[in-house]
Amino acid sequence: MDFIYFDYAATTPVDQRVVDAMLPFMTERFGNPNSLYALGRDAYRGLEDARERVAQAIGASRPDEIIFTGGGTEGDNAALIGIMARASDGPAHLVVSAYEHHAVLEPAHWLEKRGHAVSYLAPRADGHIHPEDLASVMRPDTKLVSVMHGNNEIGAVNDVAELARVAHEHGALMHTDAAQTLGKVPFDVDALGVDAATFSGHKIYGPKGVGVLYLRRNVKFEPMLKGGGQEFRKRSGTQNVAGAVGFAAALEIMVREMPAESERLARLRDRLILGVTTRLENTEPTAPGGERLPNIAPLLIKGVEGEAMLLQLDAQGIAVSTGSACSSGSLEPSHVLLACGVPKEVAHGSLRVSLGRFTTDADVDRFLEVFPPIVERLRAMSPVYARMFGSP
Amino acid sequence: MLYSDKVMDHFNNPRNVGVIEDADGVGEVGNPVCGDMMKITIAVDDADRITDVRFQTLGCGAAIATSSIVTEMAKGMTIQQAAAITKQQVADELGGLPPAKMHCSVLATDGLKVAVDDYLRRHGREPISGPIKSADPNFDPHADEDEHGDDGECDL
Repeated sequence: MDFIYFDYAATTPVDQRVVDAMLPFMTERFGNPNSLYALGRDAYRGLEDARERVAQAIGASRPDEIIFTGGGTEGDNAALIGIMARASDGPAHLVVSAYEHHAVLEPAHWLEKRGHAVSYLAPRADGHIHPEDLASVMRPDTKLVSVMHGNNEIGAVNDVAELARVAHEHGALMHTDAAQTLGKVPFDVDALGVDAATFSGHKIYGPKGVGVLYLRRNVKFEPMLKGGGQEFRKRSGTQNVAGAVGFAAALEIMVREMPAESERLARLRDRLILGVTTRLENTEPTAPGGERLPNIAPLLIKGVEGEAMLLQLDAQGIAVSTGSACSSGSLEPSHVLLACGVPKEVAHGSLRVSLGRFTTDADVDRFLEVFPPIVERLRAMSPVYARMFGSP
Repeated sequence: MLYSDKVMDHFNNPRNVGVIEDADGVGEVGNPVCGDMMKITIAVDDADRITDVRFQTLGCGAAIATSSIVTEMAKGMTIQQAAAITKQQVADELGGLPPAKMHCSVLATDGLKVAVDDYLRRHGREPISGPIKSADPNFDPHADEDEHGDDGECDL
């Protein structure tokens, strides 16, 4: 049985071209980039070359605005805590969207417990954070706004440029978690007007355990990791040179292939969504509308629990993800769907199918062949499907 | 979180799915808002022995597997024996359940208990199952599990 991977929003395989770029920095070019002798200088050149290429790819004006991190979670934590720590002498106000990744929500909760005020801004039913809604929660003491560029569960892409304009009008800085969007939709720090942005390597066919925090020059920042002063004193620790080189290589491939690839993925995504919704009654795309990531097909399959669908698909060799409670050990459905106003009994039936570089038309065909009978079987087993939605 | 082979077997090949027409007892527990719902129907002979049992379940893999195994366990038991099946026995029979999924076995045993009591009431007899934990709207399935702290709420 062929294995079909439909969870590229969770993680991606490392592209062979990226592996090839990284390998020398694990073996013969293994030096510590902070060492002064030739081997160290060689590693340093590799690291700084990677930094310049990342800066160029996201439109950063200077390489020292690029800080290599241990991944997306670290970048989000560092941005929120590091900026808020230096933004004011006393308690201040922070705005985050209610459907951020937990890597943003948890540091926001932490800051709240330590005296800062936090507003959790809800998306509208179209799955987007609206600038006028942001404007309505801004306060004179708002120091930072953090709204994700693209949502990982429903694929909505927010108008970060307009959100940043609102933040700046009110004297606040703007951070965006762009782990899902980097390399999939255009990302330019000046066009978007962000002061800080978080990226992750393993979402772009790079290695796990490496990421980038973009921090605009002159943004006051308290480093979380204190030590030898690497990364312009913003992130101590011997740099992951191979990881940084891999990140740069992965990003360049993403940017180069974006025009054709995003069009290809969007077509596959639309075919999958249309195929599911026409083959199965009581199904719909989640919180549709507005700009979307080309690679995420978010589905609501009413009257079925998400984990049951996930496991049945897995039994057929197809890997997907669900925002349902049961997969996370909580009884609550996904906070993303609830924030979008999806009722709980419907949110339990959420399924996220995410496509990527190696997804083919044949994979979509196979999904559309395998999936409907699974849903029909689970609905037939339900004591309430007929009662809730009428007989199939 | 990993499911045992036996959980996966009962999930992929659930036993005794369906509804007994003219059942002697019916038990329905859970709530679609919480994502888990079970209906168990039983046929009982004159000696209080369960001769047939069927289930329908809306829920996750563990919810379906625990429903399936509890029907296998109950078939052939007296109603007294069936009403005494504990969630731990259900979990053990399945080769264990992840801690976050223990509440599913509560629903399975409760569904059976409600069906037994329904049978008894229909015959003018006293119910024997005692309070049904999951019938309480404030039921917290994780109340006796420390592993999951505060994430077990399902507000109705």
